Amino acid sequence: MNLILVAVIALGAIGLIAAVVLYVASKKFAVFEDPRIAQVASVLPQANCGGCGFPGCSGFAGACVKAADAGSLEGKLCPVGGAPVMEKVAAILGLEAVASEPMLAVVRCNGSCENRPRVVQYDGAISCRVAHSTSGGETLCSYGCLGCGDCVKACKFDAIRMNPETGLPEVDAEKCTACGACAKACPRSIIEIRPKGRIVKGEARRIWVGCVNKDKGAIAGKACAVSCIACGKCQKVCKKDAITIENNLAYIDPTKCIACGLCFNECPKHVIHASFSVPAPKPKVVKPVETTVASVDASQKSVAKEVPTVEKQQQQQ
Amino acid sequence: MKTFRIGGVHPAENKLSAGKPIVTAELPKVAVFPLSQHIGAPAVACVAKGDEVKVGTKIADAGGFVSAPIFSSVSGKVAKIDTVIDASGYRKPAIFINVVGDEWEESIDRSDTLVKDCDLEPKAIVEKIKNAGVVGMGGACFPTHVKLTPPPTAKPECVIVNAVECEPYLTADHQLMLEHPDEILVGVTLVMKAVNVNKGYIGIENNKPDAIKLMTEKAAQYPNIEIVPLKVKYPQGGEKQLIDAVIGRQVPAPPALPVSVGAILQNVGTMYAIYQAVQKNKPLFERVVTVTGKSLANPTNFLARMGTPMSQLIDACGGLPEDTGKVIGGGPMMGKALMNTEVPICKGSSGVLIMNQKEAKRAEAEPCIRCAKCVSACPMGLEPYLLANCSSMADWERDEKEDITSCIECGSCQFTCPSHRPLLDMIRLGKSTVMGIIRARNAKK
Repeated sequence: MNLILVAVIALGAIGLIAAVVLYVASKKFAVFEDPRIAQVASVLPQANCGGCGFPGCSGFAGACVKAADAGSLEGKLCPVGGAPVMEKVAAILGLEAVASEPMLAVVRCNGSCENRPRVVQYDGAISCRVAHSTSGGETLCSYGCLGCGDCVKACKFDAIRMNPETGLPEVDAEKCTACGACAKACPRSIIEIRPKGRIVKGEARRIWVGCVNKDKGAIAGKACAVSCIACGKCQKVCKKDAITIENNLAYIDPTKCIACGLCFNECPKHVIHASFSVPAPKPKVVKPVETTVASVDASQKSVAKEVPTVEKQQQQQ
Repeated sequence: MKTFRIGGVHPAENKLSAGKPIVTAELPKVAVFPLSQHIGAPAVACVAKGDEVKVGTKIADAGGFVSAPIFSSVSGKVAKIDTVIDASGYRKPAIFINVVGDEWEESIDRSDTLVKDCDLEPKAIVEKIKNAGVVGMGGACFPTHVKLTPPPTAKPECVIVNAVECEPYLTADHQLMLEHPDEILVGVTLVMKAVNVNKGYIGIENNKPDAIKLMTEKAAQYPNIEIVPLKVKYPQGGEKQLIDAVIGRQVPAPPALPVSVGAILQNVGTMYAIYQAVQKNKPLFERVVTVTGKSLANPTNFLARMGTPMSQLIDACGGLPEDTGKVIGGGPMMGKALMNTEVPICKGSSGVLIMNQKEAKRAEAEPCIRCAKCVSACPMGLEPYLLANCSSMADWERDEKEDITSCIECGSCQFTCPSHRPLLDMIRLGKSTVMGIIRARNAKK
């Protein structure tokens, strides 16, 4: 009986002392966490994708609170939640939401099995990064899509899929949150995060160059029927000075482009893609240009003319 | 018999072209010289379109200290400076020369007489090697003069010559030893003089008894050179493995160099090139290349000029067989599958291997069964399955912690894996990424 009493008292005393120590420690060493961080984190999507550039949603919430203390939320954007989430975040922090343009991942290669003939067969590990470091790829274009699907594996939103017919990835504009994981995963920087574009009649209008080949025109033309040969026609026709040609490759600056479609109609190699059906040019007929295509055989040429962009095809259906 | 301590595998030797005399290959119609044929900065072209060149004319200057000049192997006119798909599978800048006749620079001594004596200062020898564009001929193509200029803190004690040729199929070095033993031995004495050591070893695997016998007989006339017969095991030609096998010392993990244990390593082909550069004033513009393969009609050892397209050598062996699966630049273990056969012979092209479809086919990868065969095979004492897994999960920090940079990419792990897992593919990816991270970190400091 006595023994039990001693044990109860001893344990009770130990418990009491420990409680006092813990109480003092919790008061003395308490770390103050801004309650707003938890509040902000609660409205974030909790995808922890890292698309915002911070380690997970709680990291982003901390950064937002810090930025709010500095006075502005500028530059902070949750690509997954977009404007609605940022409005909620701004409301919690008592600030105005900074308007941001919705973005989207864009695949800048159209070297499908038809357009870009396979000359060798790759049988290494199924990984774009491995394929990229081992060889130029299965085709003669050493800049284009390798087709092993690293971008698909990187996407946390199921927004990018390989099309087995073309062997190219396709972005689902509805699901894509522009987190940029695919762009980072692509060893050839084919995927670019671009603005969704100006909304006209309910559809977002954007235009981009669907090629990243920096080889000279003759070499690029041999490798792929829909490669940019840097002829410069698009640059000449552009009224907004949005197109630059560098290293044998045209690039459309999305901040300057108004998606008028002039370059789309001008491009002899159908490299320029549009997210909408571009109206055909007025009477002045554009002659198909024969420069540097000499080495591409007739069948390829016909393919080049027939293949519009993937998205355009979908719209026509 | 000596060999290295850790790991190693025994691939089938398949030395089809062993004992076949070296045949001088025909001159190409157009010779192509990629500007990056070596490790380090690419060379800078010093000729322009339309320039006349002779055999041995310098056509590109070294692009830095770790770089090497390139010499024309043909006489003719520079056609253009453009790009060509080289062994890496990517387009790289290259000089194209249209071949006319075969006129050599007069400074080159074309006689066969053996020149044994050399009264040049060590520094002058290194300078001559540097100016002749000599690089490691085993395949890695590290500029030789850099190896012969060890950091001032290092104390070289011996020169070890790699005459192991542990890659299956290849016989170029073997045949070179049989046909030019004296030149090689003079080359060794030159290197010993250049780095001021008085001991030289030549390591030869015992699957080449004729070469061991001949070299041992000849070496008796040269002081302080010892022929070391080695037990056959792959990858004995790796420099760290060879040092371990010959002098029983182990090189610490990178960034330590072989010279930190007192050894200077050179390939036997490099020795021949050094002899020619120093004693005959002949820059590096031709090399011995083994063209081989089970389906090939007539596997041959060629003495080929640099810039010769591989297709020409394959045609000289009876043409590309119908059942070709892969054409590999180098040997089957460390070589690289080529995008096309127009790739020119470069300083590091030790062989061209034609694999038939059956050989070339890679078995489908199955799950790892944790047998740890890769661990026992790894000559560097690494854990390949772990490195490969970390790479596939992009865990570069763990990769670095597990010493992925020590990997010599010999492929023993993948060769031995019963589940045919693409171990080396993933490790190479991890290694290059980790090296990039380390370089970026050092640049920041």
